[in-house]
Amino acid sequence: MKRLPAMPDEWLDRSRTVRFRFEGRSFEGLAGDSIASALWAAGQRSQGRSFKYHRVRGILSAANHDVNVMMQDGPKLNTRGDVVAVREGMDLTAVNTFGGLANDKARHLNKLSRFLPVGFYYKAFHNKRLFPLWEKMFRRITGLGVVDFSTPHIRTQKRYDFCDVLVIGAGPSGLAAALSAAEAGASVVVCDENARAGGSGLFQLGADGARRQHTVSLLQQVKAHPRIRLLEGTYAGAYYADRWVPLIDENRMTKMRAKSVIVASGAYEQPSVFRNNDLPGIMNGSAMQRLIYRYAVKPCNTAVVLAANADGYRVALDLLAAGAAVAAVLDMRASVPASPLADALRAKGVEILAGHAVYEAHADGKGELAGVTACRIDGSGRVVSGSQRRISCDGVAMSTGWSPAANLLYQAGTRMRFDDLLQQFVPEQLPEGVFACGKVNGVFRLESRITDGQRAGLAAAANAGFEVSGSITVPAETESPSHAWPVVAHPDGKNFVDFDEDLQVKDFENAVQEGYDNIELLKRFSTVGMGPSQGKHSNMTALRILARLTGKSPQQVGTTTARPFFHPVPLSHLAGRGFSPQRHSPLHGRHAALGAVFMQAGAWERPEYYAVPGKSRIDCIREEARRVRTAVALIDVGTLGKLEIRGPQAGEFLNRVYTGRYDNMKVGATRYAVMCDESGVLSDEGVVARVADDVFYFTTTSSGAATVYRELSRLNIEWKLDCGLINLTGSYSAMNLAGPASRKVLAQLTDMDLSSAAFPYLAVRSGTVAGIPARMMRVGFVGEWGYEIHVPAEYGATLWDALMKAGESSGIGPFGVEAQRLLRLEKGHLIVSQDTDGLTNPFEVGMDWAVKLDKPFFTGKRSLQIVRKMPLKRKLVGFRLGENHSGEVPKECHLIIQDGDIAGRVTSISWSPHVGRFIGLAFVLPSMSETGTAFQIRLTDGSMVNAEVCDTPFFDPKDERQKEIE
Amino acid sequence: MPWRLLRFGLSKSHPEPRMFTAHDKLKPSYDVVIIGGGGHGLASAYYLARDHGITNVAVLEKGYIGGGNTGRNTTIIRSNYLTPEGVKFYDKSVQLYQDLSTEFDLNLFYSTRGHFTLAHTDSAMRTMRWRAEVNKHYGIASEVVGPEEVKRQTPQIDLSCGGHAPIQGALYHAPGAVARHDAVAWGYGRGADMRGAEIHQQTAVTGIEVKGGKVVGVHTTKGFISTNKVICAVAGFTPRITDMVGFKTPIFVHPLQAMVSEPMKPWLDTILVSGSLHIYVSQSARGELVMGASLDPYEVQSTRSTLDFPEGLAAHLLDMFPFLSHSKVVRQWAGMADMTPDFAPIMGMTPVEGFYLDSGWGTWGFKATPVCGKTMAWTAVNDKPHELITGFSLDRFRNYSLTGEKGAASVGH
Repeated sequence: MKRLPAMPDEWLDRSRTVRFRFEGRSFEGLAGDSIASALWAAGQRSQGRSFKYHRVRGILSAANHDVNVMMQDGPKLNTRGDVVAVREGMDLTAVNTFGGLANDKARHLNKLSRFLPVGFYYKAFHNKRLFPLWEKMFRRITGLGVVDFSTPHIRTQKRYDFCDVLVIGAGPSGLAAALSAAEAGASVVVCDENARAGGSGLFQLGADGARRQHTVSLLQQVKAHPRIRLLEGTYAGAYYADRWVPLIDENRMTKMRAKSVIVASGAYEQPSVFRNNDLPGIMNGSAMQRLIYRYAVKPCNTAVVLAANADGYRVALDLLAAGAAVAAVLDMRASVPASPLADALRAKGVEILAGHAVYEAHADGKGELAGVTACRIDGSGRVVSGSQRRISCDGVAMSTGWSPAANLLYQAGTRMRFDDLLQQFVPEQLPEGVFACGKVNGVFRLESRITDGQRAGLAAAANAGFEVSGSITVPAETESPSHAWPVVAHPDGKNFVDFDEDLQVKDFENAVQEGYDNIELLKRFSTVGMGPSQGKHSNMTALRILARLTGKSPQQVGTTTARPFFHPVPLSHLAGRGFSPQRHSPLHGRHAALGAVFMQAGAWERPEYYAVPGKSRIDCIREEARRVRTAVALIDVGTLGKLEIRGPQAGEFLNRVYTGRYDNMKVGATRYAVMCDESGVLSDEGVVARVADDVFYFTTTSSGAATVYRELSRLNIEWKLDCGLINLTGSYSAMNLAGPASRKVLAQLTDMDLSSAAFPYLAVRSGTVAGIPARMMRVGFVGEWGYEIHVPAEYGATLWDALMKAGESSGIGPFGVEAQRLLRLEKGHLIVSQDTDGLTNPFEVGMDWAVKLDKPFFTGKRSLQIVRKMPLKRKLVGFRLGENHSGEVPKECHLIIQDGDIAGRVTSISWSPHVGRFIGLAFVLPSMSETGTAFQIRLTDGSMVNAEVCDTPFFDPKDERQKEIE
Repeated sequence: MPWRLLRFGLSKSHPEPRMFTAHDKLKPSYDVVIIGGGGHGLASAYYLARDHGITNVAVLEKGYIGGGNTGRNTTIIRSNYLTPEGVKFYDKSVQLYQDLSTEFDLNLFYSTRGHFTLAHTDSAMRTMRWRAEVNKHYGIASEVVGPEEVKRQTPQIDLSCGGHAPIQGALYHAPGAVARHDAVAWGYGRGADMRGAEIHQQTAVTGIEVKGGKVVGVHTTKGFISTNKVICAVAGFTPRITDMVGFKTPIFVHPLQAMVSEPMKPWLDTILVSGSLHIYVSQSARGELVMGASLDPYEVQSTRSTLDFPEGLAAHLLDMFPFLSHSKVVRQWAGMADMTPDFAPIMGMTPVEGFYLDSGWGTWGFKATPVCGKTMAWTAVNDKPHELITGFSLDRFRNYSLTGEKGAASVGH
């Protein structure tokens, strides 16, 4: 065991032991341990395999970037072992091994690595015949975790939240910022991705207990402050426009809108690059400190510290305090700056070697770290030959530099500048309302970070509208926290830059040699930064390498685009409950009670037909249609778009949006309406009713209702006519009472004069039906005498019941969408979007009569004027199959073939019991559109069916059933 | 291990030359100037050289090659379009694609996976049948299949899609494929470069000189070059370039977003598209799920990401594959789709002599890359539209002879 005595800020609950399994072996950890820390404490340093070469890997950052210690946790794939807390009973395996971690059969790829250079897969395997076989192999070895197909659909709750100031990161600068902003009066939310707040303030100590006091005190004040909410275990997933930040915790996503956002996300420590820098035991200095202070785990027995900044010296002191020996501090800088830290180390007998680096690391039999070869480097980072010397150790701490965790700042549109002293990108120009402080802002000294946080907190509060006074200046950094060239060349390579993707220094050299000498191209060709950690520990080094190879400065090389997400976000969190709105008409319950089989129509559920026990679907539909033709039946048409327009210029508005003329209508009249888009394509249809001088009530298709309302609202704003548009689609229930007995049924429920003289065909009337205020229109879509009755939605069911009761003696019944489709087809009426498509103009479908080109303007007029002068390309016609057609029946969208080429297509087809034939509508070439023309329809299997163009309506050609005979 | 890789292990230095020559300066004049170093522009340069021997060509790219929509799409290749013009054109593209890896000696990971366009409604089924019948007429493998075939090839799918959008059937297009998109641009780039064309990255066009209705030269950030022929292949930037020559196109630019999951062991062998659920998804050779949805509903020339996109897409994806609840999204991004009113491209001749347009690629540009290069090269050389692109002329908007491809767009836009 390597467990240390209790640490002051440790995350552990020492009273609870957690038992779990890893790779088939049993382990024990403590509650609060990460998986990785529990394994490390138990001596298990090998925790995963790398993606490409399947090299053994251990902890690298312990900060949520350790893609090589991803684990399969039952159904949870790609679990980040370095940060996810260990739980009782976990049964974990390393991802992407073949035969287990220890005996991974794919480990031999490591030996083949020289044959697998950068982009090797572009250079072979593409023999056309063999590629599918190679691809099978690739698909077997690729990927990380395994999806468990029995995982249930997890529905999470989402939350919306608001605050004046959102602080991202609860380290010293973030905590200070939160306090300052709150003191100024702002309501503050501060979030931190770690299980506990405090950040580096509680682990970068250099064995100096006083150093943690700053953060402990800030944390106490933050927790006690009434205007601050501290969200631990919560990361900012991304930054979207206007300070819209999804906060992700274990259970949900909270969508936060803040007036100001402070990014205090710190910096990622960057691995140093030397041969075998990936052996388990080699990790970032900050990872060792996390192990010590968060999990009370001793990272190693004997360490070599590779340093290039004060942080490395603190790591060495922390290691000593944890009882580890420090064999040497290798400082990559030419000289060691005089400092109390160096003095303290020397006093403890630690050897500090300036101008030194790790040349290579050596593995023991298990592939874990056993020692290093140190070397001297010259001013430009070259190895001084003959300077190599071997040091035994089981730990290497890499503390040679940082890269700002600026992902969110980039997403917000911050312009960054490379600072040569700091050797880091820092914000140069922040977007309005966005602030940065601490390491991400290029401020590294602890006291300065706190000051910088205070500065940012005040600025953010001021931006949110709070009065603040005074100004704070932050002293400039004097020492570079990052080495400009943390890279040591080695003839045998395996000096890794990107641990996700197993990219070595020579991969970059080779990619650049091949012409991928631009940071974005380099990324795409080498895949640097494309792994799950998205380059957090590799992009900066890749940039330095590219800069050196191309003789440019890091500023000139620039960075790749940072995009969401900061850390990967589970699909369940993004999906939330999964919102699939469904609309039910007010009559839905009535339909269900009558046995309706529902069909989806946009968001609506509509009765397709009403099932009758013992009867087939088609028989039910035909029976419903027969009832309409012979008696009376009722259909719910409440899904139609129902709009009202009011005002002196309402008629003018309708004149502009429909092809017909509406301002000259008489009150009490209705008129068919066709809508076209600007290119003259038929887009919607409906009926316009003038219910008062300046009030028109009109319908749209069910599927077009939302779009039409949106578009008309837009036009109403644009045109500034004196009228207002109201969407009554959901407020009104509508049903069509149709059939020869409809008048008789309705008469029982209303005092209105239903005589032809008082209420003629195509009239609209207002009155009461069954005591309910109603608007009624005499329309004839199905070709029978009928009334479309519109009532307030809350009375819909009452009216339905009343009509059903009144119609009982006349044999009333409901009819569904399918029967209506048949009935309208018998009348030759088209359905927009079924019998029309994205190019159909009104002339092609015989609606010339509905287009009033003499109006000064309507949408699509200009186009239609031109189109009318051109020959038609096709025509919608009625057709029928032979009298005794037997065999397969064509389906909608089967093609019409003439002389071996496509001459049209069927748009509607059905058996008509009232005509006694299969009838349909079809687009055909104009040359084929004469009544009586024979043509052929090709079925799916290629066989042909004969058909003949015929006149419409197929049924009751003179429309004598639906209106008064003159 | 293929023997071709041996040389890497046995050679002392990396045995690969530069794929793209670096050019410091522009020449004073070129036979053809291509604006846009994406797949289309580079393919045009490639076929100009290979088919027509024209190598005094400059490709001008304001960023880096393949950095626009070539590198932002979801890599799907198919030819199951709706209009005869579209079907013939994309079929040619698929044919060219299938041989590109060999032709380039570069593995594009061209992977034929089978493409299902799922239908959840009656009306979608009608459109699928229409497409299948038109496709078959032109010899394209395309058929309407029932839910059982969807299930057979993708056994993991929830056919009810969460209960609210049951799959009624699908248009199955066996040749549907995916490919490594960046490599397509690199292959064309290397091929053009090898034959003498010049690729100038980080070189932006600032103006186009037109005299007497003819192109005479191009102003760039690296100076003026004279030329009589310009091919414009700039996708979402088309309106900016056509403004420079002084005519308008009915192109409107919408963002189109996509996202990718963390790598997981491959399980999804097919390419699935659902118009009703606004989704398309396939699994890459790296094991990532590559996912897209419909266009953003507003016009804006921007590649910014929005949160509602991954939210909506994730919800629909889980309807189809509920077991992905724990899978994570690593990254989202956006491209700029240059949409046209009829969802077909705008290609070929323009009111300005010597200015050839390759635009209106909306959401279907990647799959057309080879055939675009081939036909645009032919068009520029012969100064008349290649027969495969006559249906895509800019004139069609004046003549009201549109090529209606809306029904073949992968998801409802």
